[in-house]
Amino acid sequence: MNTSTDDRNMPPLLEVENLVKTYSRKQFAGPREEVRALASVSFSIFRGTTLALVGESGSGKSTLALCLACLEKPTSGLIRFEGSDLLRLGERDLRAIRPKVQMIFQDPASSFNPRWKVLEILAEPLAFEGTRGRDEMRSRAHVLLQQTGLSSDLGEKLPIELSGGQRQRLAIARALMLDPELLILDEALSALDCSVQAQIANLLVELQSARGLTYLFITHDMAMAAHLADEIAVMSKGRMVEKGLPDKVLKQPENEITRELLAAVPRMDRSGPRAES
Amino acid sequence: MESILEVRDLSVSYRLRGGDLHRALDGVSFGLESGEVVGILGESGSGKTTLAVALLGLFRRDSVVASGNVLFQGKDLLKAEPNELRGIRGKSISLIFQEPSVALHPTMRVGQQVRRVLAAHGMSDRTELDRRTREVLEALFGEEAERMARAYPHQLSGGQRQRILIAQAIACEPAVVVADEPTASLDPTTQMEILHVFRGLRKTLGLAMIFITHNPALLSGFADRVMVLYAGKVVELGPATETLVSPKHPYTQALFRSIPPLDEPHDAGKRSLPTIPRDANLSPWPPCGCPFEPRCRERMEICKSDDPGFVNLSETHMVSCFLYENQ
Amino acid sequence: MPYLLRRFGHAVFLLIGVSVLAFVFTVLAPGNYFDEMRLNPQIAPETISALRTRYELDRPLPIRYAHWIGSVLHGDMGFSFAYNSPVAPLLLVRARNTLLLTLTAMLLAWGIALPLGIWSAEHQGGVPDRLVSSGTAALMVIPDLALALGFLVLAVKSGWFPTGGMVSLHFDGLSFLGKIRDLLLHMALPVAALVLSVLPLLIRHVRAAVEQVLDAPFLLAAEGHGIPRRTLLYRFALRAASNPLISLFGFSVGTLLSGSLLVEVVMSWPGLGPFLLEAILARDLYVVIGGVLLSTLFLVGGNFLADLLLYWADPRIRTEART
Repeated sequence: MNTSTDDRNMPPLLEVENLVKTYSRKQFAGPREEVRALASVSFSIFRGTTLALVGESGSGKSTLALCLACLEKPTSGLIRFEGSDLLRLGERDLRAIRPKVQMIFQDPASSFNPRWKVLEILAEPLAFEGTRGRDEMRSRAHVLLQQTGLSSDLGEKLPIELSGGQRQRLAIARALMLDPELLILDEALSALDCSVQAQIANLLVELQSARGLTYLFITHDMAMAAHLADEIAVMSKGRMVEKGLPDKVLKQPENEITRELLAAVPRMDRSGPRAES
Repeated sequence: MESILEVRDLSVSYRLRGGDLHRALDGVSFGLESGEVVGILGESGSGKTTLAVALLGLFRRDSVVASGNVLFQGKDLLKAEPNELRGIRGKSISLIFQEPSVALHPTMRVGQQVRRVLAAHGMSDRTELDRRTREVLEALFGEEAERMARAYPHQLSGGQRQRILIAQAIACEPAVVVADEPTASLDPTTQMEILHVFRGLRKTLGLAMIFITHNPALLSGFADRVMVLYAGKVVELGPATETLVSPKHPYTQALFRSIPPLDEPHDAGKRSLPTIPRDANLSPWPPCGCPFEPRCRERMEICKSDDPGFVNLSETHMVSCFLYENQ
Repeated sequence: MPYLLRRFGHAVFLLIGVSVLAFVFTVLAPGNYFDEMRLNPQIAPETISALRTRYELDRPLPIRYAHWIGSVLHGDMGFSFAYNSPVAPLLLVRARNTLLLTLTAMLLAWGIALPLGIWSAEHQGGVPDRLVSSGTAALMVIPDLALALGFLVLAVKSGWFPTGGMVSLHFDGLSFLGKIRDLLLHMALPVAALVLSVLPLLIRHVRAAVEQVLDAPFLLAAEGHGIPRRTLLYRFALRAASNPLISLFGFSVGTLLSGSLLVEVVMSWPGLGPFLLEAILARDLYVVIGGVLLSTLFLVGGNFLADLLLYWADPRIRTEART
């Protein structure tokens, strides 16, 4: 890893140890069912790097994301962010940490209040924080519009007037308003067209090297994961079953699940009927 | 082989609020042969969904202006009476909608939803309806068919809902199935399963299919021919093997280049992906010239002013680009 | 099932709460029946105090409430001072008369609103839609009182309809068919007034609910399967639009006893409304709270009915209820 912002000699930005999350669901005329969304997950991410999390639906990727963003409370385990244990922090201390971890969701259309204009959407996180004046918020919003490749005259538009790619850029800009350290991207590219995915992926890489951001990139697109990540972790049924460098995971997968996931990727280089699985 | 469906010079425009016409499709022509799979490759704004909807005359608004021909079994669907269209929809030509989570009635059991398609097309005997519904569901769910039939859409997974949409589409054994992004919201394993289902159906029912997607990899090994749409126009049309492996149109080439390669080594430098500059324009397309011109790396003066016609690179492969004019 | 039990529990709780409130407010309201009596020099003070003791007017509130609830549960709703007879039979007769009117009006109103609302939603923006819109707007603007009075004037001027009451004086002497005709003639105008006052809102709600659904992808998908228009509208669209309409229906049922007060008073229909009004003015305690309780029963029952129907109609509520 050669990027100047990546620093493996420092302690990791995020450390997760034995994270468990169980949901209990009442079945009809039956006992309460315990669903283990996360069954003891442990890993760490170093500052300035990208960890890709791949897995099927139901593997626990999204639950993990929600726990890390403090939007869900894990049943047990440890989440250490910049040295502090997130689960033991009081509300006030937690509030200081929240801006540092931001999340970007899959659906560009439903992430925004449809009645707010672009500038209002951008200003919202700051307005919430309540410490800055209106002019400061506006200028900061404009800066971020520019940095995410959106033109300033989009400021007065509604989300519905933007394209999918523009909306995701807006989501990224909004996330960056609070100067976060860690961005959790939950299938953030999945709903976009291929050519637009490439544009947003490039933007993410640029922003990472300019700002020293750390990414947790959740996806089921193996190719994009391999392209963006410094490390790939494979999840299945709430467990992390494999983790390693992209080339290693792709070329010499150790786990059956990984092999299955790789086999399911549609590829462009075949010319005849695909071998029946 | 004769064409089972032939689209000739199909153009569709929507009349916007201000009175402007938004051109969604412009001069689209292609043929679908019996038992063939034609893949339509297009991103947002390319007009692919309009094409799907136009084939069956399912326009929602009256403010649609359509011209050209959609010939099916000797009849022009664009000029057909509503009753005739209704008889063809679901019976001879079926449409599988995007987004299975919203394409099913939320409070009706899915078995019932399949049954209604059958009932709409002349089957009235109750035992016959039950039998045929069961048959169709068994083809898609095997032993689980009984249990599935009683479920409601919100109780099913994405893949299961997609199978119900497929069941509805094939219930009356149509000649043509048009699938609009049938795997878009599914994860790769489920995607593969659904493609597998389509392959099976193609074999057993001899279906001709139009498979619309924005992901070219899905068409590999599945489609016989690939048609690329950009800004409502056909920019390339050819055999899948040729078009997917060595595309000719600059847009197709740029599109494929922007997809991260799975098999090449990934080094720490995190190369940036080659992208198509600027955004696809959402506003009405320019009245003349090639719509891809502003973003094309091969663009020439003539591209701004003239419409590139169709150039036949071979008997089966054609491109709409001035680059190939003088070959 | 636990979901329904919970809803039922809510309903019961609500009933109890309202009964307490109604009792307390009525008792606390200034004046009582016997104050009027006291003004009458012909009645001896001892009689009055004896009556007061007899009706427990001097005992503490909670005890009076407890006694009253106890007897209500036995079917005895207390005693009417003014009519000098048990409350329950009086109320029930009047309630029956009101229901005759309101049930008919409700069925008619829904029967008209559903097809009209659907037709209007189907032709959004077109002539039918605009006709219905302006018609309903006009109707909504006319106050119920004006409607009722208008009908009364119609009755008086034209002589086609009786000008009040539920049956004619010679009702008992009529043949069976004659009785029916007489009743219907008397009902016609009050029912018309009720229907017209409730119809515009109903139509708009139906239209709005159906309109929302008409845009849904699953409807277009069904159209794509060749499902005929009629089935699409009534089986698919209406069904998907039914949630808000079911809630509205529950509300309709809820107001069966209380919604027709104005019309009953103006058109002299012997229903619950005028009866209660009289009782309030006369401080006839047990009639008032009996009437309030009955109305509340309907309101709460109507809502519970809506809950039941929603549970039955929407499988998503059923499965959510289980988790």
